Amino acid sequence: MPYRKIMILAEQRGGKIHPISFELLGKGREIANKLGAELSAVILGNNIAREDLMELIYYGADKVYSYNHPVFEYPDVIQYKHNIVKLIQEERPEIFLFGATNFGRSLAPRVAASVKTGLTADCIDLQVDENEELIQIRPAFVGNILAHIKTKTRPIMSTIRYNVMKKNERNSTREGMIVEMKTEIAETKTPRLIGKEGEKKINITDAKIVVAGGRGLGSQEGFKLLKELADLLGGVVGASRVAVDEGWIGKEHQVGFSGNTVKPRLYIACGISGAPQHLAGMKDSEIIVAINSDPSAPIHRIADYSIIGDLYQVVPLMIKEIKAIRGE
Amino acid sequence: MSLKIVVLIKQVPDITRVKFDAERGRIDRSSAEAEINPFDLNALEAAVQVKEKLGGTVVAISMGPQNAAVALRDALARGADEAILLEDNKFAGADTLATSYTLAGAIKKLGNFDIIFCGEKTVDGDTGQVGAEVAEFLQVPHLYYVSKVKEVKEDKIVVVSEMEEASYVVECEFPVLVSVTKDVNKPRLPTLREKLKAMKAEIKIWHAENLTDIINLSNVGYAGSPTVVSKVVVPKEKGREGKVFKEINEGIKVVLEELAKKGLI
Ligand SMILES: Cc1cc2nc3c(=O)[nH]c(=O)nc-3n(C[C@H](O)[C@H](O)[C@H](O)COP(=O)(O)OP(=O)(O)OC[C@H]3O[C@@H](n4cnc5c(N)ncnc54)[C@H](O)[C@@H]3O)c2cc1C
Ligand SMILES: Cc1cc2nc3c(=O)[nH]c(=O)nc-3n(C[C@H](O)[C@H](O)[C@H](O)COP(=O)(O)OP(=O)(O)OC[C@H]3O[C@@H](n4cnc5c(N)ncnc54)[C@H](O)[C@@H]3O)c2cc1C
Repeated sequence: MPYRKIMILAEQRGGKIHPISFELLGKGREIANKLGAELSAVILGNNIAREDLMELIYYGADKVYSYNHPVFEYPDVIQYKHNIVKLIQEERPEIFLFGATNFGRSLAPRVAASVKTGLTADCIDLQVDENEELIQIRPAFVGNILAHIKTKTRPIMSTIRYNVMKKNERNSTREGMIVEMKTEIAETKTPRLIGKEGEKKINITDAKIVVAGGRGLGSQEGFKLLKELADLLGGVVGASRVAVDEGWIGKEHQVGFSGNTVKPRLYIACGISGAPQHLAGMKDSEIIVAINSDPSAPIHRIADYSIIGDLYQVVPLMIKEIKAIRGE
Repeated sequence: MSLKIVVLIKQVPDITRVKFDAERGRIDRSSAEAEINPFDLNALEAAVQVKEKLGGTVVAISMGPQNAAVALRDALARGADEAILLEDNKFAGADTLATSYTLAGAIKKLGNFDIIFCGEKTVDGDTGQVGAEVAEFLQVPHLYYVSKVKEVKEDKIVVVSEMEEASYVVECEFPVLVSVTKDVNKPRLPTLREKLKAMKAEIKIWHAENLTDIINLSNVGYAGSPTVVSKVVVPKEKGREGKVFKEINEGIKVVLEELAKKGLI
């Protein structure tokens, strides 16, 4: 009987391994242990340091398939796909997990269509049932439902949402094998990167505290106040789509269905009504505080604490009180 | 110069109205009106803007039940020149692989194309997979999370593609598939005249039998779908404290005490 294999894509950006990779290894390890399978990480990059590859082993991989070539400097979907498809055909993994990053969500469907297998999108959990079948759980309908999905073909492929799976403890005594792979270049037209239009300076998906503002701010000025509170708490500023559309703040701050999904320890929503498309991006936050003058706003239904009032009164008072508590 | 542009349109329920039955784990689609997937309005607008600039035709294609013709009529009112509905019982129950295979088959039947526009994702199935899978079946490159069309020439397009760390400027020759975000443009509203005209326009209907020269029917619909939705759960909202303060000083006091306990301030 062929050995059972599970693979994950270890995504790298600019030579650094993306943290989603370690989360995939955490979940992958759990499933591999249940099924008695081998877990390997596949990484495509340009001169990734050997000690970085070892990290993949320390976090749970038994094997690392390492592709080293300048074409992987920029995330080129077609070159990635070409090599991953070949690996799947040779190694026949049962399960292949990708991170649901913008790149992962663009690459995985091409791989799936090429090998003609099923792909489940943006999973927030994977479970192995009593028949050793993989149940993939994912939100749909703008986060209103959770669908349980099974896949009839192999490999079972899924993209996994960032920040939901737990990584394992790093264990630097774990042993594993690094397999140097030969890169094959797909001789086909691929899109060309010709420049960059701005780096994104904030990383709202990793923030532990988010102080978000919406239409209730009334103007760009309001974000200065929220920034003051966010800075005080060591958090970052978030925004509703309306605030972004008004041009009060950059798109990288947007939380929601057409923006970022966040899961901070604390989310403070100021002047945000709580439309379903906004909730889809923040409702799994650990603690939610809503500051809104309208007691009937839907945001209150999912808040732990609702302060009914004018944010221009509440937020400055809050800032003052925090400073007082800290003796500043 | 005459570009051939295709737009993929899905009809979805108005997501702000749909009712979800938590007890039985069901989605009551009849509770809401159907409309064009909001992201596809942006895809259509992008297509129409390219046509207006360089000339050409925009063909809107949708796979769905008979009443999805309503969405296609709306697309015609908003600037599409032709509309094709892929409708057949055999197509029903398709996952993204089978949907993409069928859409790609229809596009092949149309002949050559320069650009295909689609939405980043839908508000119902919400996988964001169909665009890339269609591109793979057609063996053309695709540009993803496109927030801006910077330039279109006779033979190529330059766009801004959003990644978590930066916005990249990317260029690609035709044929290409472009998947757009909601930020790419502001969709226009159709005028009454355009709406009336679209009421009378023809919507072509292609059934499975019209595509058998191109596609293998065992790969479409439920039978051709490797993924199966085995269960739908309407999650109960997470148990929250739900404390409401009408007196702001008291509210601030309690909130800060709680946050201090959790080590958050
Ligand atoms: C396809 C699609 C995708 C979308 N994606 C997103 C998304 O990703 N993110 C997102 O946020 N939205 C998204 N939306 C938009 C969403 O439907 C709502 O329109 C939006 O979230 C509303 O923003 P808001 O809460 O800031 O504004 P509003 O709904 O106008 O709410 C403003 C709130 O501020 C309160 N307020 C006013 N003044 C004050 C004051 N002085 N003090 C305290 N409270 C005050 C009001 O009581 C009100 O509740 C999307 C919509 C569609 C169709
Ligand atoms: C609760 C639920 C969960 C599901 N989960 C999965 C899953 O994980 N994996 C899976 O493979 N299938 C899944 N499906 C099936 C999937 O929703 C359908 O295949 C659907 O027809 C297309 O997928 P989508 O809505 O996610 O489209 P997306 O991939 O999100 O759509 C992207 C773009 O493709 C175009 N497009 C999509 N569908 C059509 C169409 N019918 N006609 C024309 N253009 C279209 C539009 O331009 C759209 O903006 C799920 C279905 C449900 C009800």
